[in-house]
Amino acid sequence: MRFAPHTDDDVRQMLSRIGRGSLDELFDQIPADVRLNRPLDLPAGVSEMQMVAEMRLLAARNRDVDEIVCFAGAGAYDHYVPSLVWQLAGRSEFYTAYTPYQPELSQGVLQVLFEYQSMICELTGLDVSNASLYDGATALVEAVNMARPAGEGRVLVSSGVDPRYVETLRAFGRGGGYEPEVFTSGEVPPIDDGVVAVVAQFPDRFGVLEPVRDLFGAARQGGARAIQVFDPLSLGVLASPAELGAEIAVAEGQCLGNHLSFGGPYLGILAARMEDVRKMPGRIAGETVDVDGRAGYVLTLQAREQHIRREKANSNICTNQSLMAIAAAIYLGWLGPAGLEELGRQCAARAAYAAERLCEVPGVELLVGGRPFFKEFALRLPRPAAEVRDALLDHGILAGVPLEDADGHALLVAVTERRSREEIDGYAIALAEVLS
Amino acid sequence: MTAQGAPVRRQGPPVGEGTLKDLSHPGRRASSFALLEVPDAPVPEELRRARLPSLPEVSEIDLIRHFTRLSQMNYGVDTGFYPLGSCTMKHNPKAAEEVAALPGFRRLHPLQPDSAVQGALELMWRLERALCEITGMARATLQPPAGACGEMTGLLIMRAFHADRGRARPKVIIPDSAHGTNPASVRLAGFEAVPVPSDPRGLVDVSALAGLVDEDVAGLMLTNPNTLGLFEMEIEEIARIVHAAGGLGYYDGANLNAILGRCRPGDMGFDIVHINTHKTFATPHGGGGPGAGPVGVVDALVPYLPTPTVERADDGSLFLERDRPRSIGRLHGFHGNFGVIVRAYAYVLLHGADGLREVSELAALNANYLAELVKEDFPLAYPDGRPMHEFVATARRLKEETGVRAMDVAKRLIDLGFHPPTVYFPLVVEEAVMVEPTETETRETLDAFAMALRQAAAEARTQPDLLHEAPVTTPVRRLDEARAARHMRLHW
Ligand SMILES: Cc1ncc(COP(=O)(O)O)c(C=O)c1O
Repeated sequence: MRFAPHTDDDVRQMLSRIGRGSLDELFDQIPADVRLNRPLDLPAGVSEMQMVAEMRLLAARNRDVDEIVCFAGAGAYDHYVPSLVWQLAGRSEFYTAYTPYQPELSQGVLQVLFEYQSMICELTGLDVSNASLYDGATALVEAVNMARPAGEGRVLVSSGVDPRYVETLRAFGRGGGYEPEVFTSGEVPPIDDGVVAVVAQFPDRFGVLEPVRDLFGAARQGGARAIQVFDPLSLGVLASPAELGAEIAVAEGQCLGNHLSFGGPYLGILAARMEDVRKMPGRIAGETVDVDGRAGYVLTLQAREQHIRREKANSNICTNQSLMAIAAAIYLGWLGPAGLEELGRQCAARAAYAAERLCEVPGVELLVGGRPFFKEFALRLPRPAAEVRDALLDHGILAGVPLEDADGHALLVAVTERRSREEIDGYAIALAEVLS
Repeated sequence: MTAQGAPVRRQGPPVGEGTLKDLSHPGRRASSFALLEVPDAPVPEELRRARLPSLPEVSEIDLIRHFTRLSQMNYGVDTGFYPLGSCTMKHNPKAAEEVAALPGFRRLHPLQPDSAVQGALELMWRLERALCEITGMARATLQPPAGACGEMTGLLIMRAFHADRGRARPKVIIPDSAHGTNPASVRLAGFEAVPVPSDPRGLVDVSALAGLVDEDVAGLMLTNPNTLGLFEMEIEEIARIVHAAGGLGYYDGANLNAILGRCRPGDMGFDIVHINTHKTFATPHGGGGPGAGPVGVVDALVPYLPTPTVERADDGSLFLERDRPRSIGRLHGFHGNFGVIVRAYAYVLLHGADGLREVSELAALNANYLAELVKEDFPLAYPDGRPMHEFVATARRLKEETGVRAMDVAKRLIDLGFHPPTVYFPLVVEEAVMVEPTETETRETLDAFAMALRQAAAEARTQPDLLHEAPVTTPVRRLDEARAARHMRLHW
C-alpha cells in the first residue's frame, strides 16, 4: 500500500524538470559508505485490508475492558466516554492539523483550547491553565520546574503521591539537579529556605482524602510552591485545589473523555496562579482582536517557549496533547456542572458500596481503615494481590492494581460511575470464591 | 490564471462563533447517568467543594453544532496542502485511525497483567524491532510521548553512561541551525549547550567542531538532514571526532522521512536516535499533538533505556521488564502514547521495506521539484546545497525590493487557499521560508502551490497591499499578538 500519488510518468517529468536522471541521483550527497545497500529487513507492504486483518488478530490477543469488568485505576480510569466526544474531536479538521502557528487558519483549535483552559480554571479555581502537557506524571515534572526557575532548590514529595509520578520526577530530576525527598503523608515536614516545592496528592494514591490544607499553608508560609496532584472528576464534590491552598495543580486528564488506550495518549493538566504565568510550560491560547477589531484567538506568551528562548526555556515541550484537550473540552461541555456533581456523587457512592461488600469477604480489609475515600480504595488481602488479581481474571474481572505495600498483599480498587451494583456484587462473590 | 487551492472561508454568521459559555443556559445539560442503585455516600463536609464550578450548561445539539462549526474554522491535512517545513504534514491513513479504535487496543487499561495484553506487547515488540532496523539501532523505547521527550530520554541516557564511567561531562554540542527543543532539552538534562556554527554550505563547520570537542563534551546532537534540508555530508567525520573525545552521537531523527531505507543513523556512527512518529510514520498531529518520540540506542546503551522494556520469555510470551538497575527510569506515567504507536505500526505494515524507501524517494522528488519551480522568486538560502525532503528558501531579496516579508507572503498564501510553509525557522536564515511538501502530494498540487507563491511574489511588486493586508478570506484577519500578550485574556 502506498499513499504517494505519483505515476511513472509524473516521476519522469518531474525528474526531467529538475534535471536529474533518476531518483537515486537525489541521494547523491549521501556518502557512499553510509548508504544502505540492501533492502530494509522488513516484511513487504500489504494492502489496507490485510493490515486491518493483522491488527485485528493482535487486538484479539488482548482482554479489553469491554470483555472484563474493570476495577483498575491508579491514574487511569474506566469512566464512560460519551459518543459525541470522539465524533467531534475525531473531525479531521481538528486531528489532521498541527500546532496553530497560523492563527487565521486555526481558529477552531485555538478557540477550543481557550475553552479548555477556561474550564480547567473553573474546575481548579486557579487563574490560568495551559493548553496541555503529555500526561499527569510529566505535568508534575513541569510544575516542579516552575517552582525551580533558577534550577535550584529542594523538592519535597508526600508519600501519598502516585509512585509512578515520583519515579518520573526522579528520572527528570537527574537532569534538573534535584532528588525528590519523600516525606510521610499526613505530616508537615520542616520547610526551610532551601525547599522550593512541596507536592501532595489529593485524593492520595490509596484513594484516601488525606487533608492537605495545613501542609499547603506551611509550604506557602515557607516560601515554597504548594503543588497538588488532583483528580479532575472529583471536583464536583471535593474541594478544589484553590480551596485547599494549592498554587500549582496538575492532573491526569485521561478521565475527561479520553480512552484508556493502554496508557496513552493521555492529557497532562496544569493550572497555576496568574503571578506564575510566565513560568508556565507549553502552549497557551489567548483572546485578542484582529485588524478589524473582531475577537479571535492566538498562541500567546510564546516568549516563554523553546522555539524562542531555546536553551533558556523552562520547558522543552513542543508537540503536546492538544487533541486530548479538545476531547476534554467537549466532555466537560457534555458534563456541565450538574453532571460533574452527579458523577462525583455516583463514584463516591459506588466505591463506598464496593468497599463494604469486598470487606465482607473473610480476611479482606481496608489497607487504610477508617478514613474517607473518593472513588478508589486499597484492600489488604490474605494472599498476594497479584495472584488474586490473576485468579479473578478467569472470572472476567480486572480486580484492581496490585501495590507493593503490605508485602504485596495490597490491591488498589477503583470504582467509576460505570460499575453497577450487580458487577460489584459479582466481584465480591468471585473474590470470596478465589480466597476460599 | 489564478492559483486555486481549497480556501477556508468564513462559515456561519460573520461574527464568528461565541464561546460555550455564551451558549450556556441555566438548567440545560447533555449528560445522563444510570440511576444510583446503591446508597449515597457523601464525602465529609470539610472536604466538600463550597460552590460548583460554573461549567457551561448546554444541550447535546448545541455542543455538536458548536464544535462542528469550530472544526470548520480549522485547516488540516484533510482540508488541503500543508507544506509546513520540519513538520512532515503528510497524509494520515484512515485505516490507522480505525485500527487504533479497536476495543482490543483502545479499551485496555495500562496496568492490566501482561497475560491479558499479549497482543499489545507483541505490537510494541514488533514496532521496536522495525524501528531498530530502520535506524540501525540495537533496542528502542516507545515511551517518550513526543520528540522533545525523546531528546530528554537520549540526553539522560548520555548522562548516565558518562556517570557510570566516572566522568561527568558538562557540555553538549548543537549546531546553530538546531530546532529549539534541542538546546532546551540539553539544559533541562543538566548540560550546557555549546553551539557549533554552520559553514557557508549550511553544514556543520567540521573544523570548528574539532576545536570545540574535548573531555568535557558528553556528546553532540545533530539533525540530519539538518533543519536546512541538507544532508550532513561529513557525517562520518563528525561522528568520529565526537567519539574520539569519548562523546556520544545523538541523532535527531525528526527528518527521517528523507532517508528511510537509504541510510541509517547507526551506520553513520550515531549512538542514540529519536524518531517522530507524527512526522515520518504519518500519525496525525492532533492540532498540536499527540505524537510519539521513540528512542533507539546502540548495544552499549541498552541498559540505560527507560523502564519498563518489553521482553520475550523462553516460552515465547512477552512481559514488561521492570527490574533494570541501570535504567534512567521512567519518562511517562505509563507506556507512552500507545494509541499513536498503534498507528505507526499500521503505517509500517502498509508500506513494508519497499514502500518506506519509496516514501523518501518521492518526498525528495517533491521537494526538489517544488524548489525548482519557485527558485526565481524564492531562492534557496544555500543555493549550492541539494535539498532532500524539504528546502529552505529565503524572501530576503523580495523584502529588500518590495518591503514585503516572508510573513506577508505566508498570509497571502492563505487567501490563495494554502496552508503556508514554516516561516522564520531556522533562525540562521533571514526571512526563511521552509517548505516540506511530503511524498503524498500530487504534481498538480505542487504546481498550483508554486503558482500561488509566484503570484504572491508578483503581487508584492504590483499590489503589495494585497500581501500586507492578507488574509481577508478567513474567519478572522491578522490578529494582534502583542495585545494578546499584554492584556492576557487566557480564559473566559
Ligand atoms: C528537527 C526537530 N527536532 C525536534 C522536534 C521536536 O519534536 P516534538 O515536537 O515531537 O517534541 C521537532 C519538531 O517540531 C523538529 O522539527
